[in-house]
Amino acid sequence: MPTISFDGQEITFEPGQTIIEAAMASDLYIPHLCWHPDFPPHGSCKLCSVKVNGRICSACTFPAAEGQEVVSSSEEVRQLRLRLTQMLFVEGNHFCPSCEKSGQCELQAMGYYLGMTDNHYPHFFPVRDIDASHPHVLLDRDRCIFCELCVRASRADGKNVFELAGRGIHTRLVVDSPSGKLGDSNLDVNDRAAHICPVGAIVVKETAFRIPIGQRKYDRRTIAEVSVAEEAPLLRKRYEQKED
Amino acid sequence: MIFCPLPLRGEGTIGHVADQSGFQPYFEAIGFGRWSFIDLLFRSRSLEIDTAESLDAVAAVVDKAVSQHGTRPQHLLAVLRQIQKDCHYLPKQALQSVARRFSLPLARVVGVAEFYGFLHTQPRGEYDIYFSDCVIDVFHDSEALMQRLCHRLRLQPGAVRGDRRVSIDTTSCTGLCDQGPALLVNGWPVPRLTPTLMDAMADHIERRVPVTQWPAEWFLIEDHLCRHDLLLNTPWRPGTGLKNALRQGVGWLLEQLTASGLRGRGGAGFPTARKWQFCRETPGDHYVVCNADEGEPGTFKDRELLKHYADQVFEGMTLAAFVTGARLGFLYLRGEYECLLRPLQAALRQRRCLGLLGRNLCGLMDFHFDIEIVVGAGAYICGEESALLNSIEGLRPHPRNRPPYPVTCGLWNQPTVVNNVESFAAASLIAVHGGEWFAKVGTEKSKGTKLLSISGDCARPGIYEVPFGITVAEVLGLCGSGETLGVQVGGPAGTFVAPSDYQRRIAYEDLGTGGSFMVFGSHRDIIDIATRFAQFFAHESCGFCTPCRVGTSLQLRLMEKIRRGWATAGDIQELESLKQLLEASHCGLGHTAHNPVQHTLAHYPGHYQARLRDLDFSPGFDLDNELETARQLTGRFGDHLRQV
Amino acid sequence: MSKKKIRIATTSLAGCFGCHMSFMDIDERLLDLAEIADFDRSPLSDIKHCEQCDIGIVEGGVCNAENVEVLREFRNHCKILVAIGACAINGGIPALRNRCDLGDCLEEAFLTGIGVTDPKVPGDPELPLLLDKVHPVHEVVKIDYSLPGCPPSADTIWAALTALIEGNAPQLPYELIHYD
Ligand SMILES: Cc1cc2nc3c(=O)[nH]c(=O)nc-3n(C[C@H](O)[C@H](O)[C@H](O)COP(=O)(O)O)c2cc1C
Ligand code: SF4
Ligand code: SF4
Ligand code: SF4
Repeated sequence: MPTISFDGQEITFEPGQTIIEAAMASDLYIPHLCWHPDFPPHGSCKLCSVKVNGRICSACTFPAAEGQEVVSSSEEVRQLRLRLTQMLFVEGNHFCPSCEKSGQCELQAMGYYLGMTDNHYPHFFPVRDIDASHPHVLLDRDRCIFCELCVRASRADGKNVFELAGRGIHTRLVVDSPSGKLGDSNLDVNDRAAHICPVGAIVVKETAFRIPIGQRKYDRRTIAEVSVAEEAPLLRKRYEQKED
Repeated sequence: MIFCPLPLRGEGTIGHVADQSGFQPYFEAIGFGRWSFIDLLFRSRSLEIDTAESLDAVAAVVDKAVSQHGTRPQHLLAVLRQIQKDCHYLPKQALQSVARRFSLPLARVVGVAEFYGFLHTQPRGEYDIYFSDCVIDVFHDSEALMQRLCHRLRLQPGAVRGDRRVSIDTTSCTGLCDQGPALLVNGWPVPRLTPTLMDAMADHIERRVPVTQWPAEWFLIEDHLCRHDLLLNTPWRPGTGLKNALRQGVGWLLEQLTASGLRGRGGAGFPTARKWQFCRETPGDHYVVCNADEGEPGTFKDRELLKHYADQVFEGMTLAAFVTGARLGFLYLRGEYECLLRPLQAALRQRRCLGLLGRNLCGLMDFHFDIEIVVGAGAYICGEESALLNSIEGLRPHPRNRPPYPVTCGLWNQPTVVNNVESFAAASLIAVHGGEWFAKVGTEKSKGTKLLSISGDCARPGIYEVPFGITVAEVLGLCGSGETLGVQVGGPAGTFVAPSDYQRRIAYEDLGTGGSFMVFGSHRDIIDIATRFAQFFAHESCGFCTPCRVGTSLQLRLMEKIRRGWATAGDIQELESLKQLLEASHCGLGHTAHNPVQHTLAHYPGHYQARLRDLDFSPGFDLDNELETARQLTGRFGDHLRQV
Repeated sequence: MSKKKIRIATTSLAGCFGCHMSFMDIDERLLDLAEIADFDRSPLSDIKHCEQCDIGIVEGGVCNAENVEVLREFRNHCKILVAIGACAINGGIPALRNRCDLGDCLEEAFLTGIGVTDPKVPGDPELPLLLDKVHPVHEVVKIDYSLPGCPPSADTIWAALTALIEGNAPQLPYELIHYD
């Protein structure tokens, strides 16, 4: 099997795999927010930036190739990811103390993982709409990081409930219904799209704050540990299904 | 033309359609087509259209747009543009109806519509005006002219007047820097603006004179073809390149293209022969796409090529079809050049009549190729080839992941050749005169000539066809510049060249360029220039990826801070750190968005230094101004805050 | 020979004093701290203006002109300035008002709202003028370290303080970084 060097370690990959897939298959974590083993890679958050033969590339979309030298855990790359995470914090409105997702949020966990103690940049304080019209699902756009996981998941659900609209810093999440309200859409609380959001932008109502502080997903395990424990098996399952 | 007198809520019957018949031939002659114009169609105060009559009117507008353009994905943009034109915005009901007709989710249509600068989901004025905010136009006083027009018409820039008569805003470069300052009114370009013209325009708008009846000389685009060489000088007869290629075969054509050394003229400089060859080798339903999005500020050479050399461009596309086996091609025309649409369609018709386009080309049984034109709607990112393909497909124009590249996986995931207008025009001549003819001009790595769009502080702005290898100093000699601060080669994403570097050459191996060449006189302010370029990137970032979406806005804030004299040395460091982040972006826009800042900083550190405060830190927002609301409401006008 | 005592100042700007309460939660360690540190301006000491200090601790964001002045006083007098808590770091709960226009808010509250009897926006010079938006402290002055949390736990505050007192940069382990 062909190999790449990942942070100095030789790992094998199957032709056609991206760098993140190759790493995941070897239980090695590369930070990511918009990548999910069950959906086509997207490449927008850039948290998975790694240095491939000296050049910055997105591990989630860049194909692994024999002899590549991939650096993921250098201080330079960590700093880059830290700044990207801080960008995501300041462009939205993330008030974790009052957020239902706190403790289970991938963006927040990314901040913890990268040792982020402040937001570094000036805050944009955008004014975005909150949509509580759905009986079971809340959409709080303040926390959206435009990863399009809900968009991809909803397409897989066969529904197209979510799309992005607007441009640039004015990008916003829109809902497919005549009124634009979630309550008028055909989103079902059991849809994958209702559960895929890595942050607290799409949350299922009446589930918040149930798990006591200290026992939530990222209270004791880092996002790296959770990812390897939960996402690597999903990826393997996908490969097995492909082979069948 | 549609005629649609409508009783609107509480406003009686208002219907007004200009009789354009008398003007039609004239407008066609100067490059304008027939133009439908519905006045006062949607003037009800409420944003929601809910009366039965107006719903019918919306339905009629959508019907018309759909029957005129079709409901294939590549028609979505045209349909939306048409509705925008007829209703002065995209009413929600219209979007719903479009979604149904195209069998798309409504949210998808909204997502596409909201992306483009010239499409709006809120009402715009009956006269919808955009001033070019390109730095060159701004240096020719466009801001004062816009203020004057706004003042005359009693509205704020960016706003729609209460009676919905007029809206005035800015847009990125309109491709008229050689004859700016310029604006677009309902899509029609008006170059060479003056204060008198502004006053007259305000008067026409107040009197509700339809744009079709405005003085024709206002719309006259001059041709400033200042230097001719291989491309502009060689006489052209439709079909000569194609017939030659058909006679000698694909192998011969590719050999000639290889020998010519032709590289892409859109900026990246990929060898054209190899691109066509790769595409040919990939099995599939091939497509040929001409990139006429020409969005790089300061560029306008494609405008002239499309105006005067359109046939040559279409022949180039047909040659690419001959090589790849494509049966369909698209020319993606930037929305700002909509006035070229009619003449281009006429050129296509002519080629069809000559048997150079359509079925059984040149009488051959198995050679079918036709070209459709897709018009953009105000988004620079659509010049990036994969975003352009998404735009044609009726998707949000985000750049795609690469690899795969369009040559193997392009339009509808089929192998696709995407080339710039100038690349196709050159290919046609190479098919007539051979590769060597072309290669004898230029340098080792950059063969042939390049069209430069020269604008700014020089005596003779215009288009100059120059041999590759020419120095910046020589170009400046040609266009007659005086004392200069520097030259921006290749648009904001390109290179800022200071006088000490004027011996550098226009060539892929030195100063690569899509053709923009902006001259800045020594009286210009370098910080101002860099800030305006930063503004361009922040405005045009598509928003797909984090570093560019957020980073371009942060970069703009920092440049504003420097410009206002609040910044410190730490802010310069911050700009450098943003450079690293932008380099992690998804596409070329983000990768190059720091260039104007970093290049000017490298050449003129003193200019930056002079604006900095000798402090560790200073706030980036206007502290005292943030007290203004409270001051006003409490009447405590004496209370102020220092900035630092 | 006893070492010169460290001087610490603390203040709460647009915050809820929750971070100060958490500070109190260091409990008996407060006595250890008192051994080596004196409190300058602080709700603990009731000193009104800050003198030269080694460490300044700021809770809360910046919502009005007085917050700006106090924050600047801290920056000018403290060698090390530490932002503690969500409000100082990103504006926190007070910054939820940033989605409303200040003029509209004041108008509704004091001029046009239901039950308003004497329509007038209070203009007493004693009252600080409000800024249009609540800002995190790092947008107004340079901040050396930040301790996130709402509030940061006593352990976090203690870990950071002891590190600073020993002349080190605070390094918070995973368990001590949280934003809620
Ligand atoms: C942000 C961005 C904008 C671009 N704009 C244009 C454009 O307006 N016209 C163009 O021909 N190429 C543009 N390009 C380059 C195209 O992506 C592509 O390389 C080119 O059309 C290929 O044609 P060529 O090989 O003939 O140059 C742009 C690239 C980027 C990254
Ligand atoms: S989405 Fe995550 S980061 Fe944002 S406020 Fe909620 S918990 Fe915090
Ligand atoms: S709502 Fe959630 S899943 Fe959807 S784009 Fe925003 S952050 Fe991603
Ligand atoms: S770099 Fe900018 S323009 Fe390109 S994909 Fe990212 S956000 Fe869009």
